[in-house]
Amino acid sequence: MRRTPETRPHYHFKPWNVGRWVLWGLFALVLAVAPLLWSSGFALTMLSQMGIAIIACLAYNILLGQGGMLSFGHAVYTGLGSFLAIHTLNMVADGRLSLPVSLVPLAGAAGGLFFAALLGYVTTKKAGTTFAMITLGIGELVWSMSLMIPEFFGGEGGISGNRVVGAPVLGISFGPQLQVYYLIAVYCFISTALMFALTRTPLGRMLNAVRDNPERVEFVGYNTQRVRYIAFMISGLFSGVAGGLAAINFELVTAEVVGAGRSGAYLLFVFLGGATFFFGPIIGAVLMVVALVLLSELTQAWLLYLGLIFVFMVMYAPGGISSLIMMNLRVAAFGKLRPLLGSYLALAGTAATILVGAGAMIEMVYHLQLNEALGPELRFMGTTLNAHGFDSWFGAVFVLVVGVGLFELARRQFTRQWGVTQEEIEREIKRREAAI
Amino acid sequence: MKAAAAGGAKFAVELRDVRKSFGKTEIIRGANLAVHPGERVAIIGPNGAGKSTLFNLISGRFGSSSGDILLHGQKIDGLKPYEITRLGLARSFQVSNLFTRLSVFENLRCAVLWSLGYKYAFWKFLADLHDANDRAEEVMEMLKLEKRRDVLAMNLTYAEQRALEIGITIAGGAGVILLDEPTAGMSRSETARFVNLIREVTAGKTLLTVEHDMGVVFGLADKIAVLVYGEVIAFDTPERVRANERVQEAYLGSVLADQQAEAGQAAHGRAAGH
Repeated sequence: MRRTPETRPHYHFKPWNVGRWVLWGLFALVLAVAPLLWSSGFALTMLSQMGIAIIACLAYNILLGQGGMLSFGHAVYTGLGSFLAIHTLNMVADGRLSLPVSLVPLAGAAGGLFFAALLGYVTTKKAGTTFAMITLGIGELVWSMSLMIPEFFGGEGGISGNRVVGAPVLGISFGPQLQVYYLIAVYCFISTALMFALTRTPLGRMLNAVRDNPERVEFVGYNTQRVRYIAFMISGLFSGVAGGLAAINFELVTAEVVGAGRSGAYLLFVFLGGATFFFGPIIGAVLMVVALVLLSELTQAWLLYLGLIFVFMVMYAPGGISSLIMMNLRVAAFGKLRPLLGSYLALAGTAATILVGAGAMIEMVYHLQLNEALGPELRFMGTTLNAHGFDSWFGAVFVLVVGVGLFELARRQFTRQWGVTQEEIEREIKRREAAI
Repeated sequence: MKAAAAGGAKFAVELRDVRKSFGKTEIIRGANLAVHPGERVAIIGPNGAGKSTLFNLISGRFGSSSGDILLHGQKIDGLKPYEITRLGLARSFQVSNLFTRLSVFENLRCAVLWSLGYKYAFWKFLADLHDANDRAEEVMEMLKLEKRRDVLAMNLTYAEQRALEIGITIAGGAGVILLDEPTAGMSRSETARFVNLIREVTAGKTLLTVEHDMGVVFGLADKIAVLVYGEVIAFDTPERVRANERVQEAYLGSVLADQQAEAGQAAHGRAAGH
């Protein structure tokens, strides 16, 4: 049966879309207002880095979440984008090139795209484990190149630049950090919108299909390698934008930006944020900057805490924070969230107890290993611990054991309650379906 | 592909002395088969005769060791699966092979995008591709899966997954359809419903099916190819195949006869029902 245009279902006017406009409006608003709410120099630095990280993490998720490609070398594309951008910036400064500073991130984009096209051709020939291994190899390759070619990578010191070049355009010189922030915010919004748009296109959908079942994709007419390759290049392009912005933001690019540590951070935080949903990496990016900037200020053992959080996340919430949010939104939509709140409080309380116990022990060990010269005493959460004292250790172990025990009880109670709630929701859905 | 079809090739699918070995074991030992356009062929044979392997060779999943495979007179052996699909041959799988984390509608839309020429477009919104959306909806209605439109493929019931499997196969509008045991694992009533569904969605197309259930064979096919030890030992109308001595010898003629009688009754019942 053929449809007339009038009876055609309206795909673009699903009730969702009103909400979508509101969400995008809010996103723009947050980007615009954030530096007014947190206006200190430190906050501004963090916000700038968050904007950059959001682009980089979303670009990474084109591979991981949407294409099922586990890359261990994403920093190659953000990093090489950074280097191309800083060289471009220096050429502008030397007068060899005439380009407004606001467009320098596009040089980064071109760099990211170029190297993704070059290296991605080999990488995307294969999927799965082989793909992951090749990205790891290429990551190491580029890292070792950075030491071999100091002309391009600047050796140990890196390449520095100056973003205040040429005459100010409309009074914008990019000297003040606030102006740089807004440049980043504009790029961040446009990049996010474009990457979201990608998920609504034939290529974006076939990328999901390649993730789910590459074999069947070949039997509906698509070349899976081509799908992966194009997606890889698009990811490289946006990674390059992030790299270019980072070059302008820091005015210094060192070889570590292409290193395995940086690649690992993208993977870890995109996973924490949640690769299943489009907005997951945005949460991951914000967390990444918070962890790298704030947590590292708070404690020397921040990497250890990060590792612990990662392990817990993989074990208990493999969908990341975004999937936790979405699951609870679903429960809330059926009006069943309120009874769960008590359990959440119990979980949070017991988890905090574990953190205090484990944290005290970790801090004491670190203190013994690194700060022995300062004496056995250290400050921890408002109290003084003695790393050599029995009381401190006993207290820490006691708090930890009690915390773990109570947490397990709370978790079991919650799991049961959650299961019941889900069953109720399933029944409700069946009832509604039958009513149609 | 249209040109090749219109070019007056005599056969839609032709196998000429096709062979396939895995290591030292030869699974397909010189298979010959020529299917006219619009013919509906069931491939039967004992377990291990190489029926699924034959499908894998035709659809490009495996490369053949020797021999020629032709689609509308054009040689297709050695081509990649997606190249063969683009030439107008589509297949289903014995074990459902779906896009598990996509909805029913998205599964079907993925299946029609290439055939409508959208290729790797990232500058067009799916929501604006009315022909693709309409075609996906149309197939979904044929499959009676409208109510399950937004359910992920992994959450469908077994029978629904089998239906979607067929849907993905036919959605792209291929002229030659290969179905590998489409009713495997289904109950009797589901099978009967399914045979009608397959007949409906493959109307006017060249159809090759692998089947064990003789009811389905007689319900769908107007010719039967008997594959034994990697060779097509008979290819004819059901009556003549049943009478064929070689088939009786090699492939449990009595079982064939019994099942045909049963299927005849079933078909009669169906006809009366209409």
